[in-house]
Amino acid sequence: MRGLMLTAALAALYSITGIALAETPVKIGMVTTLSTKAGYLGEEIRDGFMLAMDQEGGRLGGVPVELLVDDDGRDPGKGKQIADRFIQRDGVKIMTGIVFSNVAMAVVPKVVRDQVIYISPNAGPSALAGEGCHENYFNVAWQNDNLHEAVGQYATDVGFNNVYLLAPNYPAGKDALAGFKRYYKGKVAGEVYTKLGQSDYAGELAALRAAAPDAVFFFLPGGMGINFIKQYAQAGLNQQIPLMGPAFSFDERLLRAVGDAALGVVNGSQWNHDLDNEANRVFVEAFRKAYGRTPTLYASQGYDAARLIGSALKQVGGDLSDTGAFRTALRKADFPSVRGAFKFATNQHPIQDIYVREVVRAGADGTTNETRKKVFANHKDAYAAECRM
Amino acid sequence: MLLFFEQLLNGLQLGVMLFLMSAGLTLVFGIMRVINLAHGSLYMVGAYVAATVFLHSGSFLLGLLAALAAAGMVGMLMELLVLRRLYGRDHLDQVLATFGLILFFNELTVVLWGRQPLFMNVPELLSGTIEVIPGAPYPSYRLAIILAGILVAGFLWFLFNHTRLGMRIRAGASNREMIAALGVNIKLLNTLVFGLGALLAGLAGAMAGPILAVESGMGESILILTFVVIVIGGIGSIRGALIAALLVGMVETLGGFLLPALLRLFLPAATADGAGASLASMSVYILMAAVLVWRPHGLFPAHE
Repeated sequence: MRGLMLTAALAALYSITGIALAETPVKIGMVTTLSTKAGYLGEEIRDGFMLAMDQEGGRLGGVPVELLVDDDGRDPGKGKQIADRFIQRDGVKIMTGIVFSNVAMAVVPKVVRDQVIYISPNAGPSALAGEGCHENYFNVAWQNDNLHEAVGQYATDVGFNNVYLLAPNYPAGKDALAGFKRYYKGKVAGEVYTKLGQSDYAGELAALRAAAPDAVFFFLPGGMGINFIKQYAQAGLNQQIPLMGPAFSFDERLLRAVGDAALGVVNGSQWNHDLDNEANRVFVEAFRKAYGRTPTLYASQGYDAARLIGSALKQVGGDLSDTGAFRTALRKADFPSVRGAFKFATNQHPIQDIYVREVVRAGADGTTNETRKKVFANHKDAYAAECRM
Repeated sequence: MLLFFEQLLNGLQLGVMLFLMSAGLTLVFGIMRVINLAHGSLYMVGAYVAATVFLHSGSFLLGLLAALAAAGMVGMLMELLVLRRLYGRDHLDQVLATFGLILFFNELTVVLWGRQPLFMNVPELLSGTIEVIPGAPYPSYRLAIILAGILVAGFLWFLFNHTRLGMRIRAGASNREMIAALGVNIKLLNTLVFGLGALLAGLAGAMAGPILAVESGMGESILILTFVVIVIGGIGSIRGALIAALLVGMVETLGGFLLPALLRLFLPAATADGAGASLASMSVYILMAAVLVWRPHGLFPAHE
């Protein structure tokens, strides 16, 4: 009975404030990884996203927005729970934030079927780019293979002909090496799959030295990469065999944990803080001012996700009742991306330039990334043709 | 062949690390009958304190000493505040409580140091490589770890076989009621043993700092292997821990190197590498199962 009274009172309240309700902010649900060792990735995405909101005083594209953030703890089950809650309790129509592909695979297919728009600021599993693509799913970062492909192309361009490959023994590790090999035309000196979460690579390094390759490509995300790079340098190998990898092991925050050991390493990325365009200059400066650190590529992706949403909200005037119109607005990608030119392919994944960067000294004892070369111009992922929308 | 010897050294180095971890754990397990899952946290404390002191002072030695002191102290506090209440309890209670400690320490490091892994460099003196075997340069820092492990093993041998304290600890491991009845302060002995174990874990952590990522949760990856070592070695036996640690270190390292090569003889390379990697990660557990079938109490159990 009391519950009924409360509902009635609320209903009355709603009818009185009906006009004010029209100005209710658009809710955006962010499911991301803020705890565990990988928690800094979600932190970067969230901070980048919130920076874009703060620059407009809590609005995106002139429309007031409210960001709901929750931590999935890198757990697909938990991610799914949060997404359900956002949709059912909070009535969220736009979601974003997921860092890891396995969490994305658990959350995204269900969410987009419920007519919620999902904009991925990081994970880009091939399953969602090819046959499993969906009109409500947009990826504003990259398809998972892209950064590996860029390094493969770079290896071909500079004429490496005997490259040693190393990745953890799990799906993303195998995809990484497959992505590299898609554009690398030389010989493979060795292809090694390490244990996921392995911390000591002494054995692998000894075998690597014995194979005498002319370069090494590795994909070891997070702490695994830190360990590998340090041990690679300690074994004196960084003076002999060039090391290459995707940007994931060389973001500005990991570089601080690796120190000089990463100097000279070449890595593939779609973005860097030194990219010369107006949007990027504004972003990097504002980010440094707001958070006191140099943004990583994850932060740039969070920022772009927010600005993409803003561009579409502006076109529909904040009205999300017509999902089709909102989708059309998103597809135009009418925002100045911090990475420069940006378009959506038919599978709603990026068409963008991809660069290689090199880790160089910055200041007395710090290191940072410097853009070296554009490897791909207007690069599209390998799965777009399989997507029928 | 060169590669094989280099891998032997790598196995030895991993074995030494595991020995430092398992020596303390096996004593605690053997004497106090407590399963301390939080032993890995002491390793993490060692690494964090060493890295922090190193960052601020620039001295590796100072970092190492601070790590020893901090890990020893945290260990004794842990014993006084938490584990002391668990001695008479069921193993399940101990597992729950010490698992709670893991969560506590992991979160504490995040609160104190943040999520970003800390950076710790190899001391200048040990930053190069040495050709122990001609033609295969080996990082001198890893050689220093091996040396440190041998020194610690020698120290422990002396402590346990030639000092009164060591005799009491051994006595406590084989019959704690009797030694208490003989008037030895078993409570103090427990705290000391725990402190010693923590100190060794801290030493392992501090030495691992320059090789590995110093990050929250780093203790868990080595903890599992440490448990394998003490089960193989026989609970409560330092000698067992030493031999089992070397055995596990060798199997872990050589397995990853030999198995894929072996499988490549009769399988296509890609399949062989994949299967070899999977088999190699199982090899330590297969070893443990085999030892337990042969000797259910481990190689050198302190009490049957």
